[in-house]
Amino acid sequence: MTKAKALVITGNGTNCETEAAHACKLGGFDEARIAHIAELLTGEVSLDDYHFLNLTGGFLDGDDLGSAKAQANRLRYAAVEGKEERLVDQITRFIADGKLILGVCNGFQLLVKMGMLPALSGNYLNQTATLTYNEGGRFQDRWCYLKVDADSPSLYTRGIEGGVYLPVRHGEGKFLVDDAKTLETIEAKHLSCLKYSDKNYTAPTMDFPENPNGSVNAIAGICDETGRIMGLMPHPEAFVHRTQHPRWTREELPEEGEGLIFFKNAAKYVKKNF
Amino acid sequence: MPHRIEITLKDEVRDPRGERIKREIEHFLHLEVADVRTIDVYTVDAALSADELTQVAAGPFSDPVIQNYSIDKPAAAGFDYLVEVGFRPGVTDNVGRTAGEAIGYLLGRPLAVGEGVYTSVQYLISGKLSQADAEKIATGLLCNTLIQRYQILDAATFKAQGGVAPFVPKVQVEAKAEVNTINLEVSDEELMRISRDGVLALTLDEMKIIQAHYRDPLVVEKRKSLGLGAAPTDVELEALAQTWSEHCKHKIFSADVTYDDGTGKTEKINSLFKSYIQKTTADVRAAQGDKDYCLSVFKDNAGVIKFNDDWSLVFKVETHNSPSALDPYGGALTGIVGVNRDPFGTGKGAKLIFNTDVFCFADPFYEKELPKRLLHPRRIYEGVVEGVEHGGNKSGIPTVNGSLVFDERFAGKPLVFCGTAGLMPATIKGEPSHQKKIIPGDLIVMTGGRIGKDGIHGATFSSEELNENSPVSAVQIGDPITQKRMFDFLIRARDKALYRFITDNGAGGLSSSIGEMSEECGGCQLDLSKAPLKYPGLAPWEILISEAQERMSLAVPPEKIDEFMEMAKRYGVEATVLGTFTDSGIFHMLYGDKTVAYLPLSFMHAGLPPMQIPARWEKPVHEEPKLAPAADYTTDVKALLSSLNICSKESVVRRYDHEVQGGSVVKPFTGVDNDGPSDAAVVRPILDSFEGVVVGHGICPRYSDIDAYDMAANAIDEGLRNYVAVGGSLDLVAGLDNFCWCDPVLSERTPDGPYKMAQLVRANKALYDYCTVFSMPLISGKDSMKNDFYDGTTKISIPPTLLFSVIGKMEDARLAVTMDVKRAGDQVYLLGATANELGASEYLAQKGFIGNNVPKVDAQAALATYRAYGAALKAGLVASCHDLSDGGLAVAAAESAFAGGFGMELDLAKVPFKGDAGDKSDIVLLFSESASRLLATVRAEKAAEFEKAMAGTAFAKIGAVTADPTLKVKGIAGNVVVNAANAELKAAWQEPLKDL
Repeated sequence: MTKAKALVITGNGTNCETEAAHACKLGGFDEARIAHIAELLTGEVSLDDYHFLNLTGGFLDGDDLGSAKAQANRLRYAAVEGKEERLVDQITRFIADGKLILGVCNGFQLLVKMGMLPALSGNYLNQTATLTYNEGGRFQDRWCYLKVDADSPSLYTRGIEGGVYLPVRHGEGKFLVDDAKTLETIEAKHLSCLKYSDKNYTAPTMDFPENPNGSVNAIAGICDETGRIMGLMPHPEAFVHRTQHPRWTREELPEEGEGLIFFKNAAKYVKKNF
Repeated sequence: MPHRIEITLKDEVRDPRGERIKREIEHFLHLEVADVRTIDVYTVDAALSADELTQVAAGPFSDPVIQNYSIDKPAAAGFDYLVEVGFRPGVTDNVGRTAGEAIGYLLGRPLAVGEGVYTSVQYLISGKLSQADAEKIATGLLCNTLIQRYQILDAATFKAQGGVAPFVPKVQVEAKAEVNTINLEVSDEELMRISRDGVLALTLDEMKIIQAHYRDPLVVEKRKSLGLGAAPTDVELEALAQTWSEHCKHKIFSADVTYDDGTGKTEKINSLFKSYIQKTTADVRAAQGDKDYCLSVFKDNAGVIKFNDDWSLVFKVETHNSPSALDPYGGALTGIVGVNRDPFGTGKGAKLIFNTDVFCFADPFYEKELPKRLLHPRRIYEGVVEGVEHGGNKSGIPTVNGSLVFDERFAGKPLVFCGTAGLMPATIKGEPSHQKKIIPGDLIVMTGGRIGKDGIHGATFSSEELNENSPVSAVQIGDPITQKRMFDFLIRARDKALYRFITDNGAGGLSSSIGEMSEECGGCQLDLSKAPLKYPGLAPWEILISEAQERMSLAVPPEKIDEFMEMAKRYGVEATVLGTFTDSGIFHMLYGDKTVAYLPLSFMHAGLPPMQIPARWEKPVHEEPKLAPAADYTTDVKALLSSLNICSKESVVRRYDHEVQGGSVVKPFTGVDNDGPSDAAVVRPILDSFEGVVVGHGICPRYSDIDAYDMAANAIDEGLRNYVAVGGSLDLVAGLDNFCWCDPVLSERTPDGPYKMAQLVRANKALYDYCTVFSMPLISGKDSMKNDFYDGTTKISIPPTLLFSVIGKMEDARLAVTMDVKRAGDQVYLLGATANELGASEYLAQKGFIGNNVPKVDAQAALATYRAYGAALKAGLVASCHDLSDGGLAVAAAESAFAGGFGMELDLAKVPFKGDAGDKSDIVLLFSESASRLLATVRAEKAAEFEKAMAGTAFAKIGAVTADPTLKVKGIAGNVVVNAANAELKAAWQEPLKDL
C-alpha cells in the first residue's frame, strides 16, 4: 500500500503547522511533513510527492492587504526555481491528480482568495467568494457549534452526526459571495458543509456569539464539488484530544477530540484511492 | 509621479471598521454622527505603467467580491467631512511594505531602491459637525499626531481641489555620515547641558568619569596613534550613554543604599540585586542541592530551567511603559514582539510557546482634566490592547494568562508587562543549548529588519520621566511578520548549528548587543557603514544605537558563514556581516576604514561607581474606617463584582488567540458557559506528551499604599497560589520579578525619594523572605524605575508595583483543576485562615478608604496549605478550586458559582479565623483579602479523604454547592447576609467592560 503523505506548508506568517502535522499523524498519515514555503519555491520539496495538502492557520504576511491576499498573489506569480513552472501550476496539477487540500482559517482565506473554493464548475482560479472582517469588527477566540450538512460531498465531514464543536480564532471570518447565484449554487450543491449553529445542531444561526462573524447563511466551511478540497474557519486540528475542550474538567468526554475526524477521513481516503 | 490607489467597499458591504469608529465617536467624544465609511489608500511611489497599476489595484490590493478600486481618481463621495490619516516619514508602515513586496511578485521584479508604497486611511464622516468637531475626531480618536499626520477636508473643499493630493511620506535627509567630537573640557553646567540636550541621561558624576577617561595620558596617546582626537566622538559618547543608562545598567538596583528602617536603625545595602534577588536564587539552589533545576539564571536574555531530560523551559517578562504612553499601539506591539526576542535570544535560541500580559491603566471612563501631553486612559487602553493583540496573534504565540489592573495614578504612565516563554531542546548536537560562546574570529552578523531613525534614544529616554519634550524618535512600531520570518529561519539555522551565539537587539540597539557580546570574547571590530539602512542619511552614531525592531545579532563561525548566508537568502531574511569578534579588549567601531569609536571594554562595562541612594522608611498612617455592620451585603458584593479590578475582562481576552499551537489545557475562561475566570494557565508544549507548563502571576499595587513589603509578599503569594490552584507542582517552580517603580532617587524633583527607595528595599526584602521559604528560585526579571509624569507643575507617580510571575510544571496536565463548581452536592472548603485584613482592599477602596491592616502573608502556613492541597489534587480529590484575592471570599464564591452554573450555600460562622475574636465580623469574613486562601469544592464521597489530606492546615468545610443557582451566605449570627441569583451576579460582573 502507498504511504499516505501529508504536507503542511509554513512560512510568511503561518502559525498552526505543528498542531496540523500532529493531527495528520494522529489521523493516520504515515508521514506529515512541515515544509517552509522557501523549500517549495527552491524545488527542494514538491507537492507532487504528497497526497494531502494542509494550508493552515496564521497571518500570512500579517494579513496586511486583507487576510491571505499577499500569499494568494505570491502563489499565483512566484516561480519554482529550476523548473519551468509556478507554484500555482503545481497546485492545479495536485488538484487534477485527485488529491486533497484542507484549508483552515488563514488557509481557508487563501483558498477562497485564490479562487480554489468554491470553484464552481471546476474553475479553480476564479475568486467568487471572500472572507472579510467579522461583523463585530474584532478578532474572536471562542468555541462554536457547527452543524454538518450530511448531504455535502465533503469527504472530511463524513460520519459526523449532527455537528462538531471547534474553536474559531479569527478577525476576518465573515463569508461573503459575489452574487446571489453563487450562494444559490453553493447551497443547491450542498457545498456549505459547516454552518454555525445552536448547541443542539438544530439550525444555523446568525446570532452572535454562536455565529462569531456574521457569515452569510451562517457558513463556516465549504467544499468544492469533488468534496476533496475544503476550507473552514474553525480549527479541527485544535481539538484532537479531550484536554483541548474548554469544559473537559466538567464534562465526560471521549479521549479523542471531535476535530480529528477531518484528518482520519483524509487519511482513509488517501489509503483507499492511492 | 506618485499614484493613489483607493480601495472602497462596495455599497452593499458593511464596514465594521467604520461602524466601530462611529460608536467610538459617539461613546467617547459625545458627538452625534450619522455614518462613517472608510477607504484604504495606497500611495504608490514607483515607476509603474498604467497597465501595471491596474493589475496591482485589481490583484493584491483589492478583493473583487467586496471592494472596488480607483486609480488617481478620488473615490470618496457622500460625506460631510473627510479625514485622511497616514504615517509620518520614517514610521514603520507594515502594510505598505507588504504592498511593495506584492508588486514585486506580481511584476516579477522588486521595487527599485527609493521606490515604495505608503498607506493611509480615509474616514468619511456624515453628520451635522463643525470643523472643530472634525478636528476633535481627528486628533482625539483617529490620529496619534506623534507618529501620524492627518488632513481634514469638508465636502466642498474636497470637490474644489479635486480630492486629496498624493503625499509621499518618504524620509528626506541629507546624506551625512559625519562624526562629530564633543569637547568635555567645559564647566559642570555645560557637561549637564550636553547630557540633557543629547538625551544622554548621564549624571554629572558619570559625565566627569567620562571626562577623566579622556584626560588619561595613555588614552590620549593611543587615540592619537589611531588618528582620533582627544575629545570623544559622538559615537563613543552615545555608546557610553546607552551602556550606562538605567535601562541597561540597572543603576538603582546596583546602588549602595543606606536604609533607615524608621526606628533609627540603619543598614548599608550594597546592591539590592545582589543582596536580595541573586541571593534568593543562590540560597534556594543551595538548599535544593541535587534537585536544583535552574540551568541559566540572570546571565542571559531570559531565565532557563529544566522541563524534563530532553527539554528546557525559558521565560522572560519585560515592560514597555514609556513608549506605550506616547504611542499605545506601537509601544505595546513593540513590547510584545520585543520580549519574544528575549527567549529566542537565550542560549542558542528557543521556540516560543506562550505569551502573558498584564496591563495597568487608569479608568478608561476617566472624566477629569488631564495634563496636556497625556493621552486619555481610554486611548491608551484601546491602543495597548490592540497592539498586543496584533503582536501576539500575528506571531502565532498563544496569550494564555494576564490581568488588567486599574488605578488612577496609572494615568501618569501605564504599565505594559509582556512575557514570553520558550522551549529549547536540552542539547543541540551534543552541546547544552542554554549555553553559548563566542570565539575570537567569529563573524558579527545582524539579521532581520533594517536600521532607521526609529527607536533612537529609547533606552535613555525610558530612563527619564515622561515630559512634554519626550522625543518622537523613541517610538517604534513592531513588525511581527518580519520577525516571524526571521525566527522561522533562525530556528532551522540553530538546529544545523550554523551559529555559536545569538542575542537580541533591543534597548540600545547594536551598541548594547555587540557591546555585551564583545565581553564574551574580549572585543570586536565592526564597520557601521555595512549595516543595512531603511533610508540613507543616518549618522554612524544613529546606526549604532537605533532600536529599529526585529533584529538579532549573532556570532557565526567563518566556516559556517556561506551556508548561513545562503540559507537566510532562501528564507527571505536579510543577513549582513558587520565585522569580527576579537580579543583586543576594545569596542572598536569603524565607518568604512575610519575609526569612529575606540572604547576599552573595561571602561565601558566596569567604569561606573555605584550610585549612593538614601532610603528612609516611615510607616504611613491612614484613617481607619469604622464600618457599621449591615443586615445584608448583597449590594456590596455586586458593586465589587462591577469594580474595574474585579469585573470580567472577556472583551479583551477573547481578542487574544490563547489556543494556537494546540497545547491549551486550562484556558483563560472556563465553566458551563466558558466565561468563568481561570486562576492560571496550563499548556502542553509537546503535543504527544501530557506534561504541562503552568503559569500564573500576582500583582497588587494598592497594598504599596500601606507597605511595599506586604505588596510584594502578597504578589508572590498570589502568583504561587494561582499556580498551585490549577495544579502546578511545588517541586519544579520558579519566579520572575518585574519591578515598576516611581523614581526613588532623592532630587529636587523627587523630595520623597528616600521613602520611595525604602519601599523598594522593603519589597526586595519580601522577595527574599518569601521565595526562600517557598523554595522558588528567581530566574529572571526586569526593573523600570522612572514611572512618573512631570510637566513642571503636575507630578503623577505610579504606585510601586511588583508583578510576580510564576512558571513551573505539572507532571500530568490531565489532573488540572479549574475554578468552576462542578455539581450540586459537592462540599465547599475554605483553605487558609481569614484575618481582619481589609487594609487597601477593594472593599475599602469602594468605600473611599485605604485603612492600615494590609494582609500579612504567613509563608509557612501558606506552604503547608499549598503542599497539602497539591497532594489532594494529585490524588484526584478536588472538583474545583478558585483563589481568593480582590474582593475576598464573597467575590471568589460568586465567581465559582456562576462559572459552574450552580448555587452555593455558605456559612460564615465556619470560616477559620485568626486574630482577635473581637475583629471577627461578617464584613471581614466576606471581604478581607487575607493571603494564601483557596476555595475548593470536593465531591461528597471524597470529602473524608480530602479532609485527611488537608489535616494539619487551617481549613474548614463552609458549605455546599446547590442545584438552585443562587449564592446564599449566612452571617455569623445565622441570618442570610448575601442572597443573589447567579444571573444577577454574573451580569454585574460582565457589565463594565463588555463594550470596550
